[in-house]
Amino acid sequence: MGSTAHQGGEGVGRRDLIKRSAALGLVAAPGMSLLSACASGGGGGSNNDEGNTKGKASKDNPFGAKNGSKLDVVVFKGGYGDDYAKAWEADFGKKLGITSTHTGTQEITGKLQPRFNAGNPPDLVDDSGAQQIKIDVLYKNGSLLDLSEVLDAPSVDDPSKKVRDTLIPGTLDPGIQEGKVVALNYIYTVWGLWYSGKLFKEKGWTPPKTWDGFLTICQDAKKQGIGGLAHQGKYPYYINVAIMDMIAKKGGIDAVKAIDNLDPKAFVGSDAAQAGIEAIYEVVEKGLLMPGTNGLTHTESQTRWNQYKAAFITCGSWLENEQLKQTPTDFDMKFLPMPLLSGSKMPFEAIRAGSGEPFIIPAKAANLPGAKEFMRRMLSKEWSTLFAKEANSLTILQDGVDPGVKLRPGTQSTVEASKAAGSNTFRYLYPDWYSEMDTAIQNASNELMAKRIQPKEWLKRCQAAVDKQAKDPASKKNVHS
Amino acid sequence: MRKGQYRFVAGFLLVPVALYLIFVIWPYIQTFGYSLTDWKGQSQTFSFVGLDNYKALFQDDVFLEAIWHNIQFLIFIPVITILLALFFAFMLNAGGRSRAGGVQGVAGSKIYKIVYFFPQVLSLAILAVLFNAVYRSDGGGLLNGALIKIGLVDADNPVEWLNEPNVVLWALMVAVIWQGVGFYLVLFSAAMQSIPRDIYEAALIDGANRNQSFFRITLPLLWDTVQTAWVYLGIVAMDMFVLVSSMTQNMGAYGGGPDHHSDVMSTVMMRNFLYYGKSGYACAMGVVMLLLTLVLSVVTLRATRRERIEF
Repeated sequence: MGSTAHQGGEGVGRRDLIKRSAALGLVAAPGMSLLSACASGGGGGSNNDEGNTKGKASKDNPFGAKNGSKLDVVVFKGGYGDDYAKAWEADFGKKLGITSTHTGTQEITGKLQPRFNAGNPPDLVDDSGAQQIKIDVLYKNGSLLDLSEVLDAPSVDDPSKKVRDTLIPGTLDPGIQEGKVVALNYIYTVWGLWYSGKLFKEKGWTPPKTWDGFLTICQDAKKQGIGGLAHQGKYPYYINVAIMDMIAKKGGIDAVKAIDNLDPKAFVGSDAAQAGIEAIYEVVEKGLLMPGTNGLTHTESQTRWNQYKAAFITCGSWLENEQLKQTPTDFDMKFLPMPLLSGSKMPFEAIRAGSGEPFIIPAKAANLPGAKEFMRRMLSKEWSTLFAKEANSLTILQDGVDPGVKLRPGTQSTVEASKAAGSNTFRYLYPDWYSEMDTAIQNASNELMAKRIQPKEWLKRCQAAVDKQAKDPASKKNVHS
Repeated sequence: MRKGQYRFVAGFLLVPVALYLIFVIWPYIQTFGYSLTDWKGQSQTFSFVGLDNYKALFQDDVFLEAIWHNIQFLIFIPVITILLALFFAFMLNAGGRSRAGGVQGVAGSKIYKIVYFFPQVLSLAILAVLFNAVYRSDGGGLLNGALIKIGLVDADNPVEWLNEPNVVLWALMVAVIWQGVGFYLVLFSAAMQSIPRDIYEAALIDGANRNQSFFRITLPLLWDTVQTAWVYLGIVAMDMFVLVSSMTQNMGAYGGGPDHHSDVMSTVMMRNFLYYGKSGYACAMGVVMLLLTLVLSVVTLRATRRERIEF
């Protein structure tokens, strides 16, 4: 920067040019990300071309999936990997002669939102993970196929039965939007507390059935320099597993429904909610949390727990698979239902259980018959076993795993817990229906765990979130009955 | 200008201007269009709602708070980064002991110049990983680990840096400034080297000390470069999306916690756009962001306008 800038007012000085372009940049740069997201393509009509993909229907092929057609499968490649889907696709190709294009990704939204907007979505999607496209959002846009046709088709294993009658009861519920099943939540998950069988044996602790017993172990652990409860604080979703379970077990299924159905007394004025949150707050107040756990990510926190730095952690049953590499071989991972407060309406064995990992068929899928047939086969014993083998988790198919498959200790303990629970399972539906309300409740929980608010304020905030959601006329259509 | 020159210039500008119109200006217009609808983001079905989104925006505490956070970033990030970079650049170029031979930097200034530039080569994602390790909320974090070792922090109650409402913004700023200083140091150094030595030497002969030569000579002659730096740092401060979304407590998606204390406009916008499915509403936020940045850049250029010294 040295020489002249102005020569008799003609032309643009170099420095001015730099400044102006910089100013333009200031305007343009932050806008860029928004723009690329906003600029959608121009609609475009349906592209399913029945002529190309519709073959002859038969007993083994009720939808008439056509030999030689192509199937576009997009799978969330997260905790479960995507090897299971590749195994399915290989089998699909072998049995029906349909070749699949496989995409395994974590960026579901980034990859698929433009395609949904442009009207050329894939044929089958595992819409999961942190970047999933929310099911409620897709549904409201009319982008999802009503899956009843698949569910009412004959089962692969026993053609005398409908597919929907071979599934664990209640597992279709979270995929329901306004009364229609639009997402198949394929993986059967249980939520609760987890502990190391080895650590408990060493310390002489027995898995607690009551909240007092739980606190006693936490206190004993603290004396020995081990944290009591760990949670994945950076994602308040996880501590909500514990909080909302306490509320459900104390108040019974009515407490669950009150929240899902946006009752004006869901939190403030609900004894169960008050008892539940006060119980969790006791852990905070008595200093029984693993130090620093409020700010740790899920992997950091779970790995600390694997290193015996905490007695308990809250999580769903994907935990074992997710921590595969960090778990010591003799760790002996075990599942524990949330311990009971006195006067609880549900028994100790009751657990939050249900299906997760929503698979969807876009309404505008190019190969609808192929996608439907693929989904029907996912609910066969053969493919369910393939899944258990590749992803080490259970599916919603009843007795869906060949007894020959040996499960790891954590998964085995969830199978036992699920058997013990029997029909005593529950599931909140509000997170699938109301993302914004869920966020507000998680936010309140984060503040409570950091001791910045008290249970009374937590109840108020949650109730405010519920009341706000209830004002949205669209929420009247969602009913947990 | 000579005859035909305009046509010649226009010929060259045609393609870039067309690209700019298609890929920058047209999407802005589209965004404004969407901001008047209840678009949910996943299909082309939506209805016109007029200015409802804008009305809602001014009652949205989270968004208003996010604007405030951006303003704080906008004040502190440029000021601190530029001051530090200027100080270091001055020390490297003209801060050494004055000797008879003239003006020079402190000993080892060449090495410092390279070392200071290191952080600039890191991508934002790596910066986030690095500072997540610094601020980690248990004894495994760099800060907590050190503070526990020297006994300032109780091992049972480590500081949750990024989960403290009053700390989180500053923690993010430290990361940004740490990364930015090196670049502006090099920028200012280059500009300083083009300041003729004799000006300094004359000042030295007149008995000017370091402070005087900095404030009377260096700073005025660097003003244009400082102004450019200010605009670039303004861009950083208006964005902050990557660091907020990958370092702070999760508020549904895209960080922003605790209790929205670190949310910036871009994270709130993306959360509404993708996670809540309120895309039309998010587009209204985008339009507000555009207006704010426009106002900002005009103000910045006006406010820093000075008379030029030619040399």
